Amino acid sequence: MLTETLRLAVQAIRRNLMRSLLTVLGVVIGVAAVIAMVTVGQGSSAQVTAEVESLGSNLVILRPGKQSMGPPSARDSAPAFRLADVAALQGLSSVAYAVPIVSSTQTVIFGNANVTTTITGTSVDYLALGGWTLQHGRAFTDSEDRAGTPACLLGETVRAALFGQSDPTGDTIRVKSLSCTVIGTLAPKGASTMGQDQDDTVLMPVRAVQRRLAGSAEVASVSIGLKSGVSTTRGIRDITALMSERRRIALGQEDDFSVFDLKQIATALSGVSAVLTGLLSAVAAVSLLVGGIGIMNIMLVSVTERTREIGIRLSVGATAAQVLLQFLVEAVVLSLAGGLLGILLGLGLAALAAGIMGIPFLPSLPVIALAFAFSAVVGVIFGYFPARRAARLDPIEALRHQ
Amino acid sequence: MSAPLMEFRGVSRRYGQGEAEVRALDQVDLTIRAGEFVAIMGPSGSGKSTAMNIIGCLDRPSAGDYLFQGTEVGRWSQDARALLRREFLGFVFQGFNLLPRTTALENVELPMIYKGIPRPERIARARQALARVGLAGREGHDPSQLSGGQQQRVAIARALAGNPKVILADEPTGNLDTQRSREIMALLTDLNREGITIVMVTHEEDMARHARRLIVFVDGHLARDQAQEATPC
Repeated sequence: MLTETLRLAVQAIRRNLMRSLLTVLGVVIGVAAVIAMVTVGQGSSAQVTAEVESLGSNLVILRPGKQSMGPPSARDSAPAFRLADVAALQGLSSVAYAVPIVSSTQTVIFGNANVTTTITGTSVDYLALGGWTLQHGRAFTDSEDRAGTPACLLGETVRAALFGQSDPTGDTIRVKSLSCTVIGTLAPKGASTMGQDQDDTVLMPVRAVQRRLAGSAEVASVSIGLKSGVSTTRGIRDITALMSERRRIALGQEDDFSVFDLKQIATALSGVSAVLTGLLSAVAAVSLLVGGIGIMNIMLVSVTERTREIGIRLSVGATAAQVLLQFLVEAVVLSLAGGLLGILLGLGLAALAAGIMGIPFLPSLPVIALAFAFSAVVGVIFGYFPARRAARLDPIEALRHQ
Repeated sequence: MSAPLMEFRGVSRRYGQGEAEVRALDQVDLTIRAGEFVAIMGPSGSGKSTAMNIIGCLDRPSAGDYLFQGTEVGRWSQDARALLRREFLGFVFQGFNLLPRTTALENVELPMIYKGIPRPERIARARQALARVGLAGREGHDPSQLSGGQQQRVAIARALAGNPKVILADEPTGNLDTQRSREIMALLTDLNREGITIVMVTHEEDMARHARRLIVFVDGHLARDQAQEATPC
């Protein structure tokens, strides 16, 4: 009997294909939205985790001032670091690399071309710490590093903007009044988790940036790679102890610098993305509900419109239960078909978004199953009322209906 | 004479309450035996349609008994009467009442679906019924692709497919021209000869003449009930 009812339902849906499609549009959109949100959300969480893991769990960042996260702001009255601090940090037994970071946003000019980018003054260990490799040329030498020679390494975005296809090694670019020899280019890394273009950068020896661009001997922050096998807790304790001493922080007084563990940042980021995913999914779930109401609406219209048909069925011997079942099955088949379409659409959208955002495409089976089950439930709940109305029709009245 | 198939015993049907009460049927006694071909006539509002609805178990008497094969069924529940219709009755309507956008074959299958007859047998019987009414080869046509006469034949095939004891025809030729009407009447006459009891409501004397018994309703009463010589088609 159920297979017959199913056949009847499919028949009825096919007879009104266009209207059926429009009916389930709400469910399609709702399910697609939920699936796309969750899939993209999971992909980006996975991306954050993977990126942090690729950085190594032993990267910590030292910044002046007391703050939790974000870029240093002008309000922080805490003094910046000096290169001597970096050298001292490098001397710690738990530290593999201590790399100074001095950033300056500048317009870089070559011939007729110019591009505004972030110039980072740092040391050669920056490459090892950030997992950068060279595409052309060479890194700075120790003597260039110490002397603050204006030698630069171009990120791919900057190289492409200034030089097009060619290898710029040996050419001279200009930043403000500073002429700087290009000694190499960095292999492209693409966008970061936060959507920043990591290749939009120029690296220079830190002293060159300090003297020629920033005009001060300050170091804005220090990136520190801990030696492998050293726990983050121990690394942070060592760094804090050293800096407290160097900056003469009295016992019991608050530190005027902060040490971040990248893992904390990653956890916070994943948390934010989970909350966002949850919120967006809730909105999408509401649209699923609205989709269900749409199904009920159209099923009610359909019952009215098909009153005569119901009369015919009753007159040839259909029982009320058979008519109820038929309309209920029709609603469920409709909303399941909508759910299925929505899942496909959602996965398609998520795959597209993943491609554009450069995050992994991770469809989640439980979520897909849940969306499917949910659309079935929507069909039963919102199909029941119209079906009951159909089943309660009086055959004589129904047959007389025009 | 064969046993009574359908019997009214003091059947009344009232609509409305108090002042607005309308007596569509007033204490009607009527017996229809197996194998009869009965035409029911009467002006509109005479109660002939109400009588037909009660005979067809679509409606229930307000008072009195309706016996089908000797059993009182007038007070049966909606579902019980649906089962009875499915088992013993076939309907043919003035407006054909075929499902739109549904092929002739599927239309004829309909009662058998509710009877729970398996699909292959159903299709075979539906084909047979369509062939019986002269529509072999039209199984895949939609009602919209068929003429009025053909649509009514599909409706008769649908009524036949359930192997009914009785075919109830409500103005079966009301929407057809004279030629088509004659063909439909010839078909009904043939079916009657094969043993199916036929009860037909009509307001056309020409059509009523094909029946072997004529019943006339006036104001909810039986005004005339007589056997007649059926006009050959």
